Amino acid sequence: MKKLSDCQKACKVKVVKLSGDSELRQRFISFGIMKEATLEILEHAPGKSTIEVKVGKMRIALRAKEAELIEVEKI
Amino acid sequence: MNEIESKTCPVIANHIKIALVGQPNVGKSMLINSVSNAHLHVGNFSGVTVDKTEVLFDYKDYHFTVVDLPGTYALNDYSIEERVTSEYLSDNDYDLIINVVDSTNLEKNLQLTAELMSVGKKMVIALNMTDEAQKEGIEVNATYMSQLIGISCVKVSAVTKTGIEEMINAIIKEFETTSVEHKLIFSEAVEEEIEKIVSYLQKHKYKSRNSYRNIAINLLKGNKKIYAKLHDEPLWIELQPILIESSRHIELHHDCDDVKEAFAAEYSAFNRGVVAEVVSEKNAEPKKTLTEKIDNVLIHPILGIPIFLFLMWGLFQLTFEIGAIPMDYIDAFFGWFGDTVGATIANDDIRSLIVDGIIGGVGAVVLFTPNIIILFIGIALLESTGYMSRVAFLLDGFFHKFGLHGQSFIPLVTGFGCSIPAYMSARILKNDRDRLLTLFIIGFMSCGARLPVYVLFVGAFFSPEMAGNILFIIYISGAMLGLIAAKVLKLTAFKGVDEPFVMEMPKYRLPSFKLVWHTVLTKTMMYLKKAGTFIAGASMLIWFLSNYPHNTVLEEEYATKIEKALHVEDKAALQNKLDETLLEQSYLGSIGKFSEPIFAPLGFDWKMSVALQAGLAAKEVVVSTLGVLYSLGADVDEGNNSLISAISKNIPFPSAVAFIVVIMIYLPCLAASVVFTREAGGIKYFFYLLGFTSVIAYVLAFVAYNLAVALT
Repeated sequence: MKKLSDCQKACKVKVVKLSGDSELRQRFISFGIMKEATLEILEHAPGKSTIEVKVGKMRIALRAKEAELIEVEKI
Repeated sequence: MNEIESKTCPVIANHIKIALVGQPNVGKSMLINSVSNAHLHVGNFSGVTVDKTEVLFDYKDYHFTVVDLPGTYALNDYSIEERVTSEYLSDNDYDLIINVVDSTNLEKNLQLTAELMSVGKKMVIALNMTDEAQKEGIEVNATYMSQLIGISCVKVSAVTKTGIEEMINAIIKEFETTSVEHKLIFSEAVEEEIEKIVSYLQKHKYKSRNSYRNIAINLLKGNKKIYAKLHDEPLWIELQPILIESSRHIELHHDCDDVKEAFAAEYSAFNRGVVAEVVSEKNAEPKKTLTEKIDNVLIHPILGIPIFLFLMWGLFQLTFEIGAIPMDYIDAFFGWFGDTVGATIANDDIRSLIVDGIIGGVGAVVLFTPNIIILFIGIALLESTGYMSRVAFLLDGFFHKFGLHGQSFIPLVTGFGCSIPAYMSARILKNDRDRLLTLFIIGFMSCGARLPVYVLFVGAFFSPEMAGNILFIIYISGAMLGLIAAKVLKLTAFKGVDEPFVMEMPKYRLPSFKLVWHTVLTKTMMYLKKAGTFIAGASMLIWFLSNYPHNTVLEEEYATKIEKALHVEDKAALQNKLDETLLEQSYLGSIGKFSEPIFAPLGFDWKMSVALQAGLAAKEVVVSTLGVLYSLGADVDEGNNSLISAISKNIPFPSAVAFIVVIMIYLPCLAASVVFTREAGGIKYFFYLLGFTSVIAYVLAFVAYNLAVALT
């Protein structure tokens, strides 16, 4: 399975599964990062430590470490 | 941030208490500001409001109390500020909820709306940012939406102040009707389970204020409060297995192992349905929005950080360059004002108190108002454009290496303005360890009140061309020291796992001139008010301590010496000598002399030691104290009696460097210490902070002093 953290810039993906503890999953969900949601990778911060993704009309910044917990597939 | 103190409204029949709820950064505080005459702080990032604030106003025959709650993405207690909101909603008494939503991103905002529907309160939806939506070609059919979800929806715009009256009328109407069930429809599978529980409750004629449907939904969602309530009822024994079975069905239906996740998916499906019905977008969203185009440059992986540093450097250049222009006039004004006032007072002591004490002290602080204004404008722009979150994004990786959270950036930047709101805004950090760590290093970010001290010393020792750069270096090295301190603390006192970093990046907005002007005006007035009250009082105290006790023997002795002196220069020199000796024998002189040995290794004379100690009350007092001390003492010569020249004449360069280092690091001020203690949750943290900053300040100042001595 592909992880969000492995995706390149301008890539569009669909969320397949969320891992991590319940609290963090709730956080993802409250930002609209949930199963079936479409994400677009907008930008990487220097050193690829942080990435910016687009969910619907919202832009979310998250750390690569958190992005590892989001399984995605290419669309 | 709590400028409006909560007042109690006389309880009468027509009193409506409203909870203002919405996701972060949808303009809740701004909406209150446009409804009432409140001046709540607004900005363009999530986490501006971190505590609940009450605002009162009257309209028609009604008294309104609006409680502005911190923005929250969902009702799940993620961070302290979000907990404030969800606790208020479930535990407090209020009549209805105004749910503020961003019309340009309805689908995401409705996620919270759907959760609010199950709180079981009357609700009005304010479709905010209508003006922005129109510009983007987004049209929301409010009437249809009201019918569809059973909640009155009103189009408003806090910026252009449209729809405000309609919203208040809708609130009154809603207040006067009997409660209506919101129409939130779930998928068939979930509806089936809700029905099962509802019929069970009906069968047992369970008594409750809330509807059975509401109870059923909350039970299925795993709402702890409802669980606890029903747990003590006799029907629980039979209900529990039904619930477990229902939850399992729902999880199975959604193919997941978390019922909360299942409900999120349900809400999301419902919201998509609503949005598809009521929102029409004229022009399809362009491939790249303006925000994304700007982001291409500002958060560029290579250019992003240099651009940020350049902007900061530019800000400090402006602070010094433009700030210096009106300074001469202000200085001249206070000189003239002191002379004019002094000429009308016959009594020597009172004249000295007014001219040297109050006018000298306050004038020294007011002198730096232009610099302060420019710094505040810079921070207001950073806050209101949406750039702040970008910098958090750029710096998260770097910050993370020092054990800090990217979101720590927001309180830290706020700290460049004033430490007090900075301590408050650390509440956006979820984890207590991260929050404490951030609280400990906020003081390293030089606040606005320290700027006068820097400008004074930099102006005294560097050419005007260099001054802006030096100022920039002071601020950057303060921030760097903060990072190193963070690393040390993270490795020792605040060990622990790293917290996740998930943050929204708001849309860029052009800040309205009015908004920036208002923010800057409020902060500047606060600065001036402080100068006129607190600083004036402190100056009087310093004046008193430095003038008493009088030594009449010495005065007479010198008086005869001065009379006997032949040359004018000798007379002046003797007068100077007298003033110096008197000052040294004053109460303040004794305090200074007493603490001088402690500060001697840093190259401070007793005047500097006293100024530093007075600075524990507030940093402006450092300047006013130096102003009083040097206007009493040594600068009666040469005719040029500005404080800057007095400093450059009386203080050696290495001592000045060490002095700046101490100012950069030690405790911000008394008021900030109080807020720090409250936010950190205990007096012991204050003593940790005091010890921590004092030791670092002393050691680094010692190193800096000796380096400067070696180099010059």
